[in-house]
This record gives sequence, C-alpha cells and structure tokens, in this order.
Amino acid sequence: MNNDKLVIGGHEFNSRFILGSGKFSMDMTKTVIENAGVEMATIAVRRADSGSSDSIIDYIPEGITLLPNTSGARTAEEALKIARLARELGCGDFVKVEVIRDTKYLLPDNYETVRATEMLAKDGFIVMPYMYPDLNAARALVNAGAAAVMPLASPIGSNKGLATKDFIKILVDEIDLPIIVDAGIGRPSQACEAMEMGCAAVMANTAIATAGNVALMASAFKSAIEAGRAAYLAGMGRVLEHRAEASSPLTGFLED
Amino acid sequence: MIKIRETNHMEYMDGMEQLDHTLMNKVLKMTEEYDYSRYTAVDVRNVLNKDSLDTYDLAVLLSPAAQPMLEKMAQKAKLETAKHFGNTVCMFTPLYIANYCENYCVYCGFNCSNKIHRGKLTMEEIEAEYKTIAATGLREILLLTGESKTASPVEYITDAVRLAKKYFSTIGIEVYPMNSDEYAMIKEAGADFVSVYQETYNPVKYEEVHLRGPKRVFPYRFNAQERALMGGMRGVAFGSLLGLSDFRKDAYAAGLHAFFIQQKYPWAEISYSLPRLRPYINNAENNPNDVHETQLLQVMLAYRLFMPYAGITISTRERAGFRDNVVGLAATKISAGVKVGIGGHGDNEQKGDEQFEISDPRSVDEVRNSLFEKGLQPVFTDYVRV
Repeated sequence: MNNDKLVIGGHEFNSRFILGSGKFSMDMTKTVIENAGVEMATIAVRRADSGSSDSIIDYIPEGITLLPNTSGARTAEEALKIARLARELGCGDFVKVEVIRDTKYLLPDNYETVRATEMLAKDGFIVMPYMYPDLNAARALVNAGAAAVMPLASPIGSNKGLATKDFIKILVDEIDLPIIVDAGIGRPSQACEAMEMGCAAVMANTAIATAGNVALMASAFKSAIEAGRAAYLAGMGRVLEHRAEASSPLTGFLED
Repeated sequence: MIKIRETNHMEYMDGMEQLDHTLMNKVLKMTEEYDYSRYTAVDVRNVLNKDSLDTYDLAVLLSPAAQPMLEKMAQKAKLETAKHFGNTVCMFTPLYIANYCENYCVYCGFNCSNKIHRGKLTMEEIEAEYKTIAATGLREILLLTGESKTASPVEYITDAVRLAKKYFSTIGIEVYPMNSDEYAMIKEAGADFVSVYQETYNPVKYEEVHLRGPKRVFPYRFNAQERALMGGMRGVAFGSLLGLSDFRKDAYAAGLHAFFIQQKYPWAEISYSLPRLRPYINNAENNPNDVHETQLLQVMLAYRLFMPYAGITISTRERAGFRDNVVGLAATKISAGVKVGIGGHGDNEQKGDEQFEISDPRSVDEVRNSLFEKGLQPVFTDYVRV
C-alpha cells in the first residue's frame, strides 16, 4: 500500500480523496482537510476574489494542491478565461473543468468539456474534466489531453450515490487515465464501493458539508476510501450476485 | 385627477419589443385554473415524500392545506438548501440611484402622482456611493432606479454599470423593463443579473392598480426576463408583490413563470424575491389574503422545495429576526447596510426620498457577524465575469 500512489499529470499523491470546499464554513476547512487526510482540494474561482475580505484560498493550508474549478463557465472559452484567472491568482496548473449549461441538474456539457480540455491542455494546464460518464466522450477527453477523467456518480449535491455505476465501470475498464468519481457521492459506503470498482479517487463535498459533524464525516470518508482501495488491490473475492449455483453441474453429462 | 383605464393594458405601446405569448398564456391559464382549496393534508404529505417536484406539487405546497405542515416543509427545505448551497449565504446591497417614475401604481410610494422629493445621482455621486459600499467588503451590488426611461435613460444606467465594474464583481439591475438590445447594452457594460417583479399575475387586478405609464402594459413586463436573457444576461429574478392580489395564486404564477423560463433557457440562473404588502396591524377582520410571516415563509419554503437550485433573496423589508432565521433554511442571499433613499451611504448626502421603510437597518458587519454566529458562511463574491 505504501507504494500505491495516485498519479495525475506526473504529480504523485498518497491520498485518493479530493475535497470540495465550497459548501462548508471556511474556518472549518483546515480541520476537514486534516481529518480527511486530503492532499488536494477544489476551490471555485468565482469565490476566490482576492479583492474580497474572505477568500477561500487563504483558508487552505500550505502543501495542499489547489484544484481550481471553472464553475460558472457555460462554454469552453469561458472555462479557459476562468482557468487563466486561477493561474493569475496563484492557484497553480491544475484545473478541474466544469462546463455547465443547465442550472437545474448541473449536468456537465460533454461536448464543451472536450473542447475546453483541449484548449486548457494546450495552454499548459493539468486538466481534470468533470463529465457525464460516456465512453465516447471519455475517449475524446483522453485525445484532448486530459490528465484524469471525472465522471459524475449522480447529480451534484444529490447525495444519491453511484447511479451511473455501470457506466463508470466501463470507463474504469477502457480508459487509461485515473477515473475519479465526482459528484453525487452521499455516503462513505458509496465512496468505498467506487474504490472497490477500481476508481482511482473520489471527490466529495456536499456529503461532508451536510453532515451533522462535518469533521467526523471527513474522517469517515477517509477510512472508507482507504478500505475500498485496499479491497481493490487485494483482488475482490468472487461474489454471486443473483442466485447460488446449482449443486449438480449442468454439464456433467459430457462423455469425452 | 388621473384618468383610469385610458389604455388597454394588454396592448403594447410604441417601441416595445413583442415576444411570443405562449409561455405567458400558459402561466395565466394554469393560474386561473389553480384552485388551492381542493388540496388536503394527504396531498401535502405525499408531496413531502417526493424526491423531485413538479408544478402540481408547487400548487399543493402553496395551498392552505400545507400551512399547518410548515414545520415539516421547513425540515425538508433546510436539507435541500444545504444540498445545493451548503451553508453559504451571499451578501449584497441595493443602491437607489434615481427615483423618477412615470408609472402610477396605486400601492407605491414612488408613483408619479406622489409629491415626494425626487432625485438622481450624478456619476460622481454614484462613484462616491460605490466607494463607501465597497469599503464594507461587499462585492455584489444591485442598482435601482424608479421607472422613468426619460429621467434615467438606458445610457445613464449603462454608465452607472460601467463605473460599478471598477468596484464590484457582481452587478444586477432592478429598473424599468426594456428591450433585448437595451439589456444587451447594459450586459456589455458589466451587469449580468436582472430583477423584474410582475407585482400581480392577475391581469384584471394588474389593470386596476397600474393606472398609467409603460408599466400598465402587462405582457411587456411579463416578458422582461426573457428579453433580458435574449440580451445575454446570466440570471433573472422573479416575484410577486404578495398581498396585492390573491397571494397564493400570485406566488404560484411567479413560480410557474420562473420554472418555464428555466426550461426554455436551461442555462439561466433563476432566483426569487418575496416582497409583500404588510397586513394592517390590529385589523379585526382576518383577511384570507393577508400575508403574515407564516404565509410568507410558506411561499418561501414552497419555492425552495419546488426549485431547490434557485436562489432566494431576503430583503430588509423584513425584520432582522425573520431574516436571520430564513437564511440557511430557504433564503440564499441577504442584503445588508441598506439605504433606500437616493444615495446616502456613509457621509454622502441623500438626494431623494425612500420608496418604503426598511425593517432591518443593520450594517454589513452586523449581518455578517450574525451569519457567522449561526454557523453560516457569508460569501461576498460568488461570480466571475467572463
């Protein structure tokens, strides 16, 4: 396990938990990051105005890799502008692409996301696109220069868990980049399940922010993600999903 | 004496851009057919057990049958608000830059027949206001004028917006409805959000209370949000002046209006405001159309459950105790440091009278601290202009 690193764009991480930071009090950020053991946290550029008295950037401890997101962007061009602004604010080269043209479900627009990924990768960013789990779009993201692919488990903030499980599994099987489940994870058990499936990491925000004890829930996610990863590495035992096998073999009649 | 019904309130005046009426007709028809007396407690319970709500559910939640179940609605609304907004609450302040008005709305202090002190800030005076407001840390501003295109032309508003860009990251306007090309000019100058309130969605009542001026034209006002979005605005706000007509129907109509606009323009950011006419205190008659805090909260919770992703703004028309308790529960944006006269922030002189009295005069710091005390996170900037 000690050598089990998450590698994104050539950067190594020990933690496979990425924290979203936009839904709980900023003064809780440090505690949550410590309890969650995360090494990477997202920040919304739209909240990171340096001219304002409270900027989320000031609350994230040193040594944590910032993952600015492009929330608010409706097109690839807007995502590029927001990412460049993040770079000017000193947020580094990582960027989580969010291109959303729907305020009701907040579902990502895969087409614009692919375009944005290409533009940002060419601009030197380490691009982590948030996407709807579609294999063709994921392949296009690979070709566009993505460093990871971040499919949604269910709509942002819904806490509904792995609604798109089968499609995420296809990405895990077919895409040769870290698959990081983003959005919709509501419980540690769901994060654990994603990791058991072979996802490289999990991102969560709402599930922690809406917990009765935010800090404790951060610890719970940390344990669940580690457990799921260990189970994946251990190789899952055979699980009979539907019914037991017939005790008398159906092919026992063969006489070769 | 003002001549009543001098024009047909459903007919456009010269120069008004006309849009298709399909959406408006749908909202008006559904509102006319809305019979809130037919719903029962069982209907309300069923709605509260649902995952996602449609227009039928909104009708149920706004009905008298839902009023005794306010606590259950509140419990669910709090969860929905947290899921979509976490514990964040945006802060902003409105700035009234002019109060000239060409409309005669019988319920309004700004109306053209009232002999109030009228005023309009110069760009220098506006900048002085901006500086004072920005010094409080606020980064979002809502610019308001009375509804006079002659006294406060589009160019004047455009200049004020362009100047606001120097000090604020989020700029909204609450001015007279205009054509889409005019909204585009203001968008280009730096504003991205437009608030227009229909006051009442009952066309008969609308005609009775809007006696004169461009505001008399019901469909032009109704389609303002759509024209704003066509002009490139990112977000639009909806609301009725609750208590002016049948508040349940008006709340229902504003909900439908916002819902159908979001369906037609899925990228639009939708928000609600809930201004109300206060019932007379000690009124012996218990008027079923009175909007007390209970009814106001019912509407707010119904909106939150119906459109959990929509913003809800709570103004200083309500008292501090009410405001402090609805943020985090249903409301997502709160004003602070509010002056409703023309100008008058800090040491700046006020140049015109107020439209109404506010009930929560607290400063930005006071509101901010009270949010912190409730475990909420005040947010000064939540928007990056692209």
